[in-house]
Amino acid sequence: MVFMKTETSRREALALAGIAGLAALLAPRMSFADAAMVDAEIKKLYGDKKFDSGKIKLDVPEIAENGLVVPITVDVESPMTDADYVKAVHVFADGNPQPGIVSYKFTPACGKASASTRMRLAQTQNIICIAEMSDGKLYSTKSSVKVTIGGCGG
Amino acid sequence: MSVKPTPRVRVPTQAKPGELIEIKTLISHEMESGQRKDASGKIVPRKIINTFTAQFNGKMVFEAEWNPAISANPYQSFFYKASESGEFAFLWKDDDGSMYESKHKLTVA
Repeated sequence: MVFMKTETSRREALALAGIAGLAALLAPRMSFADAAMVDAEIKKLYGDKKFDSGKIKLDVPEIAENGLVVPITVDVESPMTDADYVKAVHVFADGNPQPGIVSYKFTPACGKASASTRMRLAQTQNIICIAEMSDGKLYSTKSSVKVTIGGCGG
Repeated sequence: MSVKPTPRVRVPTQAKPGELIEIKTLISHEMESGQRKDASGKIVPRKIINTFTAQFNGKMVFEAEWNPAISANPYQSFFYKASESGEFAFLWKDDDGSMYESKHKLTVA
């Protein structure tokens, strides 16, 4: 009787292990973006155009204790006149489930190409910021943020 | 679970011509990223505010496109160069088609 019982439980255990294994295979796993995905997104927007450095001031913390709320301020140097202004700013991350964070459209009425928000970062990663001027010139900058507690999944 | 998103905006009511004013906005919203799993292991469907726009007297001033990487209760600040009196119209567009609006008068003198 005792022998039988162990036999059943072992069989059950094996069956359960099998199901668990299958479930692990089928369960969707969280995948993360990488630098190549960010490049692909930028290519989608601007093709093979060259980016200059400078003009953009990307203000993000070096270390973020809480990845759920990471402050970010983007400042682009520009006179913001009708003839010369910042048209768009795009921010990407190379270690989140999706590369896109935020895209801004500015107008000369803004007077200053600056915007702040708060973002979620899943892990330590790079923040990539690109800016498009009204004359078509493109600028880019990159900054790394060390995240101690991730802000995605859970 | 979710409360009705209420926008909060801080914008001056008066400004001098040519003055640069900062506008700060905050709206309560869970910003469900579509990446999170619930207790039973199922992925919670995405529901975020995807667009924020700011108009002044019907003219577009500033536009932000938000991705799931934007934190819950999204905050957004930006600038406006005062030139004439009028009214701001701020609009938040939700994934489910809902719109949340907030209007503010500005006197320029």
